[in-house]
Amino acid sequence: MKHTVAVQVANESGVLARIASLFSRRGFNIESLSVGQTEKEDVSRITLVVCGSQKVLEQLEKQLNKLIVVYKVSNITNDPAVSRSMAFIKVRADYATRSEIIQIVDVFRGEIVDVANDSVMVEITGDEGKINAMEELLEPYGIIELVRTGKIAMTRGKK
Amino acid sequence: MTERCTGAEIFVKSLSREGVETIFGYPGGTVLPIYDKLYDSDFEHILPHHEQGGIHAADGYARSTGKTGVVIATSGPGATNLVTGLATAYMDSVPLVAFTGQVPSHMLGTDAFQEADITGISMPITKHNYLVQKTENLARIIKEAFHIAGSGRPGPILVDIPKDIMMQEVEFAYPDRVELRGYKPNYRGHPLQIKKAAKKINQSRKPVFYAGGGVIISGASSELRQLAEKAQIPVTTTLTGLGAFDERSKLSLGMLGMHGSTEANMAISHADLIIAVGCRFDDRVTGKLDEFAQEAEIIHIDIDPAEVGKRVSIEIPIVGDVKGILTELNKKVTEKSSNGWGTQIQGWKDMDRRQYRETGKNGRLSPGPIIEEIDSLTDGDAFIVTEVGQHQMWAAQFFNYNRPRQFITSGGLGTMGYGFPASLGVQVGNKDDLVFLLAGDGSFQMNIQELATAAKNNLPVKIVILNNQYLGMVRQWQEMFLDKRYSSTCLRRRADCPPHCSEPDEDCPEMIPDFVKVAEAYGIKAEKITKPEDVKPALERALAEPGPYLLDCLIEAEENVFPMVPPGGSLYEMILEEESE
Repeated sequence: MKHTVAVQVANESGVLARIASLFSRRGFNIESLSVGQTEKEDVSRITLVVCGSQKVLEQLEKQLNKLIVVYKVSNITNDPAVSRSMAFIKVRADYATRSEIIQIVDVFRGEIVDVANDSVMVEITGDEGKINAMEELLEPYGIIELVRTGKIAMTRGKK
Repeated sequence: MTERCTGAEIFVKSLSREGVETIFGYPGGTVLPIYDKLYDSDFEHILPHHEQGGIHAADGYARSTGKTGVVIATSGPGATNLVTGLATAYMDSVPLVAFTGQVPSHMLGTDAFQEADITGISMPITKHNYLVQKTENLARIIKEAFHIAGSGRPGPILVDIPKDIMMQEVEFAYPDRVELRGYKPNYRGHPLQIKKAAKKINQSRKPVFYAGGGVIISGASSELRQLAEKAQIPVTTTLTGLGAFDERSKLSLGMLGMHGSTEANMAISHADLIIAVGCRFDDRVTGKLDEFAQEAEIIHIDIDPAEVGKRVSIEIPIVGDVKGILTELNKKVTEKSSNGWGTQIQGWKDMDRRQYRETGKNGRLSPGPIIEEIDSLTDGDAFIVTEVGQHQMWAAQFFNYNRPRQFITSGGLGTMGYGFPASLGVQVGNKDDLVFLLAGDGSFQMNIQELATAAKNNLPVKIVILNNQYLGMVRQWQEMFLDKRYSSTCLRRRADCPPHCSEPDEDCPEMIPDFVKVAEAYGIKAEKITKPEDVKPALERALAEPGPYLLDCLIEAEENVFPMVPPGGSLYEMILEEESE
């Protein structure tokens, strides 16, 4: 099962190394990880997507909490939350196919961020399913390059 | 109030403020500024003869006194030589602060002379570590390091200090408290959980205490004794928990696990309630996990939440300081008198088969009587420090430990070469006490250079080598599970021996080295004994000697440690003794 975990950590050098070292040593399987500064300058937030049983997840949370640089660990898998990731997809596009591609991208509320003679670059934001669907639809035209961010998430309301 | 100080001065002043009395350290290029300040300081500085010896000594000092051990090493090889010691201390939750020199900040990452990324290397084997980036941060980091090392579940901290940081001058004021947003150990057990646990204990008919090193660290031995006596609950301890409960008590079951006593392993297997205190369900304790304590519900009390439920499902977890929680339980648990459970346990005690022989084959020495003689000659009062292997298990089995911090051993990591330097640290921290090192002929050689440290500092440790001329524990496994194929375990073996040999005899070459001659080269008195009747007089001579003393005891070569739960086996399936002779 997949879990989404939000981790608040100190914004200082070596923090990611500590977390990566913990995951590799304890054999936790990370599907995606994204990290960035929060509204507080000295705090960063890591959003993790991890695979594993409830028991594995419990150990992961406890082990993370043992790190001095970790301030707070929240499992938000079952909380009402908004989550997004983003992707750039460079897809083959010539005179004949370009407008079709633009139409598809429009439907997905994506954006064309670069146009070249024989390709376009698409920016798409959404949950995992949406990005997968976009990728599938563009596949027949020929995907030249694809890059995806990890997921970021935030719980709804006050919490 | 502030004053201007260099980093090295801040280092010395901060250590004084932390109440440090003793430092184990080895100088080198990048710690020169610190050593220059130590030259005029009041610390007792012990120079080991290898950094690994230094950190194990600091570890022994810490385990035996409860204070935080301090070790210094230089950058690069000095720092990497600390690695085994850090891992050893981490596994057994020993409070240590290790300071390493580092190449100057502007040279970091350039593969400078004696540069090693010790914070990167030590990340998974320290509770926390620091690379000091500004001299202004040094005092705060030292304060935090000691705080983290000694609080919660203790552990080793490494502080890596670039040389320029030691030389720069800044305003210095030692902080009087720490503020660590990400570190707030929970000491107080949840009252509701304690209440539930007390109820379970009162209802149980066949309860057992399973006490680990956490009881000793927490200083909870007397609380444990009170509760055990009040509710008549038998107590078994782990290897690192030995001494947490007086083994001379009727309620003591001795050690449990792979080489545990019959009564301990049987009691665990038949109990209806296990109260696990300050322990972590190590694989050497549980045996086959699926069959561990199948009839029991488990209460687990520990300060580290990550240990609760890590290997075994727990009915009642209580996270917090063992001492406080046992005190609360004491108030809620009702008094009981001895019952059928006690009788059943007595039955197992009567069939206990720790392999005990007066003498080995051919009239050779047997380990049991030697250890019992030490127990009796010292009125059970000495510190017993061990290396790792068969002798360690015999030491655990045959000495009756009766006070916390009496037994010092590398449990979790099982570090050969730990014991001898650790015994020196124990002696440094307990100058008036008697310290015995029980060593194997293999492990003693892993830090044998510390004979110089013992001699130069006149540390009167009594070294008793149980010499079977084998790497005995590995040989035992080869004998039992690998068809007696003694691959690389015979220490008498020379290059011209036949490739396969399972039956060494009198014509085999002498073992190298002659420990007596080695000791004498360091100016330490030593003798070799081979006959059972020599044991007592030789030990008496060792005790009469004001300085260190080495006793090389040539024991039966193929003596085994029993009972034994074979690897992957269940606790109730112990092999009790040698099949047939």
